[in-house]
Amino acid sequence: MKNLLSAADLDRDEALAILDTASQMHAIQTREVKKLPPLRGRTIVNLFFEDSTRTRSSFEIAGKWLSADVINVSAKGSSVSKGESLRDTALTVAAMGVDALVVRHHASGAVQQLADWVDCHVVNAGDGTHEHPTQALLDAYTLRGKLGDLADRHIVIVGDITHSRVARSNVLLLNTLGARVTLVAPPTLMPSAVGTWPCTTSWDLDATLSGKEHGDVDAVMMLRVQRERMSGGYFPSEREYAIGYGLSPKRLELLAESAPVLHPGPMNRGLEISSAAADGLRSVVLDQVQAGVAVRMAVLYRLLSGAPEEAVAV
Amino acid sequence: MTAGGTSIVIKGAKPLGGKATDVRIEHGLITEVGPSLSADQTIEGDGLVLLPGFVDLHTHLREPGREDTETIATGSAAAALGGFTAVHAMANTNPVADTAEIVEQVYRLGQAAGLVEVRPVGAVTHGLEGETLAEIGTMARSAAGVRVFSDDGRCVHDARLMRRALEYIKPFDAVLAQHAQDPRLADHTACAHEGPISGKLGLAGWPAVAEESIIARDVMLAEHTGSRLHVCHVSTAGSVEVIRWAKSRGIDVTAEVTPHHLLLTVDLLAGDSAGGAAYDPVYKVNPPLRRSEDVEALRAALADGTIDAVATDHAPHASHDKEHAFGEAAFGMLGLETALGVVAESMVATGLLDWAGVADRMSMRPAVIGRVPGQGRPIAVGEPANLTLVDATTPHVVDAYALASLSRNTPFAGRTLPARVVATVFRGRPTVLDSALAELITA
Repeated sequence: MKNLLSAADLDRDEALAILDTASQMHAIQTREVKKLPPLRGRTIVNLFFEDSTRTRSSFEIAGKWLSADVINVSAKGSSVSKGESLRDTALTVAAMGVDALVVRHHASGAVQQLADWVDCHVVNAGDGTHEHPTQALLDAYTLRGKLGDLADRHIVIVGDITHSRVARSNVLLLNTLGARVTLVAPPTLMPSAVGTWPCTTSWDLDATLSGKEHGDVDAVMMLRVQRERMSGGYFPSEREYAIGYGLSPKRLELLAESAPVLHPGPMNRGLEISSAAADGLRSVVLDQVQAGVAVRMAVLYRLLSGAPEEAVAV
Repeated sequence: MTAGGTSIVIKGAKPLGGKATDVRIEHGLITEVGPSLSADQTIEGDGLVLLPGFVDLHTHLREPGREDTETIATGSAAAALGGFTAVHAMANTNPVADTAEIVEQVYRLGQAAGLVEVRPVGAVTHGLEGETLAEIGTMARSAAGVRVFSDDGRCVHDARLMRRALEYIKPFDAVLAQHAQDPRLADHTACAHEGPISGKLGLAGWPAVAEESIIARDVMLAEHTGSRLHVCHVSTAGSVEVIRWAKSRGIDVTAEVTPHHLLLTVDLLAGDSAGGAAYDPVYKVNPPLRRSEDVEALRAALADGTIDAVATDHAPHASHDKEHAFGEAAFGMLGLETALGVVAESMVATGLLDWAGVADRMSMRPAVIGRVPGQGRPIAVGEPANLTLVDATTPHVVDAYALASLSRNTPFAGRTLPARVVATVFRGRPTVLDSALAELITA
């Protein structure tokens, strides 16, 4: 595998291999000395065209624990306004002799375009409203930790699906892993032609969580809802959104006690998720963050070590 | 082939695809049509189709303002090579063509280039800002004689202003060419036909209804005001239905379709089976590429005359304005040098139009819509000699680097097209011979 641009790049075997490698990586996070040697002498650039604290730190820690040299390059602000094309920026950074680019961009497709222009490995750390494959991997990792094999498991994803790269990557990867996905949102926040996606959909969170609409629910993932969507007329008020689609304490009780609650963060407490859900026993929000480092170590290791089948010496 | 003579004969070409004959040209006019004619200069037309010179209602020649991407001279050369003898230059230049001074400058630069008639389009509103009317009367009465007014690139979306503009142009026998895009339904971020592809790729949707609802409103305003409306670059099956309904009511509406909307679909945004990459900004155009059902409806509408004309929307861009993320790249495609080939593939090879039909949609009707004197005329004695000679039997591959345009943003690069322009005659003078600019050959 040269690049990780889309969750669709991963077949079941490759996805499971990354998740298994991530388990091995996870084990070292509890060690006192966390550094492994495999990427010594390799250089990874985190090229971020959009602000991100958690994803960038997660990739940075992952690279450093594998002994790579990690450099953060912030290319924030539209390159259009700076007069430099995306291609110029990509070729400039790649010309410094980097082994891998980890790229976050505010425009959909930008990371795929960039990967066509450079020779080094490219990892998509989130492109616009398109995809965020390492987020889907860390979600799958977290879910497997709680539920075991994901085959035939029913995962519900709730929120602003239209503008969510997390939802797109999760639908693809969870399908690859054999799980069933139901997307829940008001019609204004459902992507066009969502009926062509490999999942079921609902406008009714209560009917979905109670299992009446699409069967028993094994896990629920709440997506962040941007407050500025209100001015776009996607929903009338925070209050109404929370009433219709927030994971309230009452709705939490519709879930089995074993059903994990995920959120990619940062959370809007009181809007899409109540504190009872965010801090409750079902919440795996911090497990997701921890899994993020392990999964990104696994991805970088498998892209850069050049021997994906070789076991990691831990 | 000799050059420099005062009389020219085109030997053995088939006017409108009919029976082969000779056509003699003298002093800018067709002086004789018949067998075995001779003249000082001969253009071999054996096996070729002779058409009236094409008239383009919609190009962006970028001068003044972006002479790095196209000039009136280079755009004129591209037009001549594409078989055009008249082109309309849209008003969204910098400065905007909203005064007599700018349209006259564009007109004179066209005359100086001397390869095609350049007809400036005047802005409908001052600075294309959609707030107050531009000096339409002054532009109409200027030396440029503007007859087409458009804020193209932007929609005249305010209904009251649109009504006033339609009323105001009436004394000038002018037409209002509308870029139909409701900016509330498709704002500046909208870049991909709203549907499965935009949803999957996470690109901001440009829904068909944003075009169709404006056309529906505009045809009713045209009916109410009794004025002439022309719809630019129609892109959806729904728009075709609205225009068909309007015409059936006797509303004075005409419409154009671009070559790219006759051939390309939104699926290209997701990459193609030949290994084309997804999100390639060369396919970013406004209005966006639509579904194959829309392509079929547009072809049928052009064939039955619901859509009157093919217009290129030739939109040159520098590579550094295209090599961005899809959502941030410039809108637009080149069109002048590939239009005939694309029409041949989408309309002639499919049996939807014969060559007389191509002449009607690419020359005669657009000349009437734009009120372009001496263009789009029959191939007959006494008519101005604006002619295009087409080879419809030798497929050729489009080479982006061989184009006369200063820009390279053609979506047809590497594609094989079934027909090409061999020669163009503008006011009795060959501008193109052997598919190259005539002045280069004679020099």
